This record gives sequence, structure tokens and C-alpha cells, in this order.
Amino acid sequence: MVNTVENIGWSRAEMAKNTAMDIPDGSYVNLGIGIPEMVADFVPEGREVIYQTENGLLGMGKVPAEEDENRELVNAGKKCVTAIPGASYFHHADSFAMIRGGHIDICILGAMQVSEDGDLANWSTGAKNAIPAVGGAMDLVAGVKRIFVITQHVTKHGDPKIIPKCTFPLTGKHVVERIYTNLAIIDVKKNGLFVRKMGPNVDFEYLQERTGAKLNLYAESTA
Amino acid sequence: MINKIVNSSQEAIQDIYDDATVMIGGFGEAGSPIELIHALIDHGAKNLTVVSNNTGSGYVGLAALIANGQVKKMICSFPRTANSTVFAEMYSAGEIELELVPQGTLAERIRAGGAGIPAFYTPASVDTPLAKGKESRIFHGKEYVLEYGIKADFALVKCHVADRYGNLVYHATARNFNPIMCTAAHTTIAQARSIVEAGQIDPESVITPGIYVQYVIEVNEPVNESELVADNKRYPW
Repeated sequence: MVNTVENIGWSRAEMAKNTAMDIPDGSYVNLGIGIPEMVADFVPEGREVIYQTENGLLGMGKVPAEEDENRELVNAGKKCVTAIPGASYFHHADSFAMIRGGHIDICILGAMQVSEDGDLANWSTGAKNAIPAVGGAMDLVAGVKRIFVITQHVTKHGDPKIIPKCTFPLTGKHVVERIYTNLAIIDVKKNGLFVRKMGPNVDFEYLQERTGAKLNLYAESTA
Repeated sequence: MINKIVNSSQEAIQDIYDDATVMIGGFGEAGSPIELIHALIDHGAKNLTVVSNNTGSGYVGLAALIANGQVKKMICSFPRTANSTVFAEMYSAGEIELELVPQGTLAERIRAGGAGIPAFYTPASVDTPLAKGKESRIFHGKEYVLEYGIKADFALVKCHVADRYGNLVYHATARNFNPIMCTAAHTTIAQARSIVEAGQIDPESVITPGIYVQYVIEVNEPVNESELVADNKRYPW
């Protein structure tokens, strides 16, 4: 391992691109705050994907030029966005009927922790003096058909975020289907975590060292 | 003749009393009725329970109402926004209560309150600390949590166009919680960018039918919250 740190794994944009490649044509997708917001920039040509934002827009478009910003047209992170031709607006109860009612195909969220059986923690560290803020995450994981997580593989302090059991308060239990990190793409299966793909200059040993839970490799034929 | 138009924000909110539950529309600054909130600060009603998705930013609008000590409890989903320090400081000091509600549950509780539904079951928050102590029930093999509808004494909302009947039309994602809050409050007060003659809003386009609204006030050029925050403005000015 003579590589410099910069050469190991994927960048934030590459993580978003990896995720975008797995979104089928015709999907309705809800994007969370942070790296998930970048996913829309990487959907391959020829696929049409409709983005829903929880604050009442189906058909969210790209970020506008500064002079075209409209403070009343924002995403879940309260950043200015645009509406595509064919978009629709609706109130919050309708928006969450869409989410909770199982009408959205994929939701892409950030994570503080993911457990080996797909539990997600992404709203509070549970610390006594923390201000808890949950937003729409619990509704999203309860109602959207497929939950993808994009996250750095370890915390800023180097602690693993993919662990046997979440220690932070849960957002939902058994909800995560796939994890896209800077080091690997990992499937959450009933029989454990399976590595779909590893990033540049990442080998299995390196990956396992930085993962709290046990990882498995797919047999060659199913990879 | 029905005419719900009033001439000032002060007149619109004058009936709000101490200990009232007040719903305030908006998702961040989008759809937040900042002029009505400022009128409520001037008015001074206190010990309010406020239902709103966020807790405001900087020292204007909802954040200023909280900073002025008028709010005893917030019912919201996301009290942590960029520049949202007022709530955090008062919460840490034990000066304000928080009821944290998942956003979709908050929306449905408001919708239910307005629709005469006292309670409902939702899958959101099952297996999390937010379901702790709440009744739950299994339907079709899956667990759901009992949540209660919320009603308010007053709702302060912002819309784009209104008429004297109280019919409202919104703009883009500034719609958010406003229409459901109109239905859940005993008295709904709407600020509108413009008020038009009855009949000028296409009935097919009305989002909030006038029956849900008691007062309408025209605010042609509402202040821009994020600009005020960027300029470090504080209300009262």
C-alpha cells in the first residue's frame, strides 16, 4: 500500500454517480440533503427520472443560475431549485401521502450509522444536549420502496459508520437496501453485507478494517 | 355580504390570546407569513404553542417571536436550520419545550385535525425513540403507531392570491403546510401578495376554498427573510 490517501476510493461526485447509475429509467426518486442532492447531475443520458422533494414538488430540476433564484422554489435543504416542464406542486399532506403511500420508487439518504441488518440512524446522536431534528426521514424510510444510502465510509474521526448495531437512535429498522460509500458499494442482504464493488485502490482487507460489521464477497458468478 | 379582507396585519391578528395554539405556515422562509408574525410580536400574546415545521432563522419572523419569549412550546419536525440559533439557545437553557414530530406525521396530524379525524395509525417512527410510549397496532402483519390530529386556535398563512371570500392560491413550494393549516385552525389569517375580485380566481385553480379562511390581508411586497438574516436585521426593528 504505497498509494497516497487521495488515490484511495471515490470522490463525493463519484459516489453520487455510482448511485445514479443504479436508478432505472422511469423512476420516481426522492433525494435527501447533502451528497444525495448531487445524484441528479449524473443520471445517464437516455434515462428519464422524476425527482420528488418532500416540500411539495414532483419534477424538481437543476439548480438555477443566481439571477434566476426564486426563494419560494426550494428543495428539502431549502436551497433554490427549478421545476421541469411537466412538474406539479402540492401541499405537505399530499407530499407525504406520496412518500408514505408507497408511490416513490427510490429514496437516497445520508447516514450517521447503518447496521448490518439495514437499520438506519441519521437524525440524532442521542447526546443529552443535542437538538434533535428528524424532518421527513422516518416517513421516507417507512414508505418508499427502495432506500439507498450515500455516506462516507467512516466518520471524521475515522470510526466505522457501518456497524453490527446502531448506537445512535434509529430512523428505521431493516430499511436500507444498498450503501454507497467512498470505498465501496455494499448490498444489505438477509444473510449479511455483500460487497458489490470496491473503489479505486481499495482491497477487501482495507475495506474490512474500516467496517465495524462483517463484510462478504459475492461469489464470482453473482457479482 | 361576506368580506374577509382586513386593512392591517395588526387588525388581522388582534384576537390572538395568551396560551393559544397557533399554526404558522412555511418551510423555512418559503411560505412563512413574516408580516403576520411581526404583527403578533407587536401584539404581545404570550405562552403560545406554535406548530410550524421549523423554528425560524436569524432574529426575524418565527425566530424573533421565539426570541421575544412569546412561545412556550414548539411542535415541529426540524428545529435545526442554517442560522437557527435562537431556538437552540433557549431549548438548551430549558426556556422552551419541544415536541419533535416526523414531518409526514406532522402534516397528517394537521390534515386529520382539519378533517375531523381524531387520530390515525402511521408506519413512520416505528422502532424509534419517537414511538416510545405511544400505542401501536399491527395491521396486515406490520406495526403502526397511533398519532393524534392537531387543531389550532389560529393559523397564520401566506399565499400568492386571495379574494374576499378567502379563496387562496399559492406559489411554487411556498404552498407546503399552509393549505392544511387553514383547515385545522378555528381562525385562519392569510396574508396575500394580491387580493383580486371574487371570480377572478378560476374555481379549478383554488387550492384553499374560502370556507377555511376568516381574515385576508394584502401584503404586496413581503420582506425577504433570508436577506434580512444576511443583513443581521432584528425584529422589532
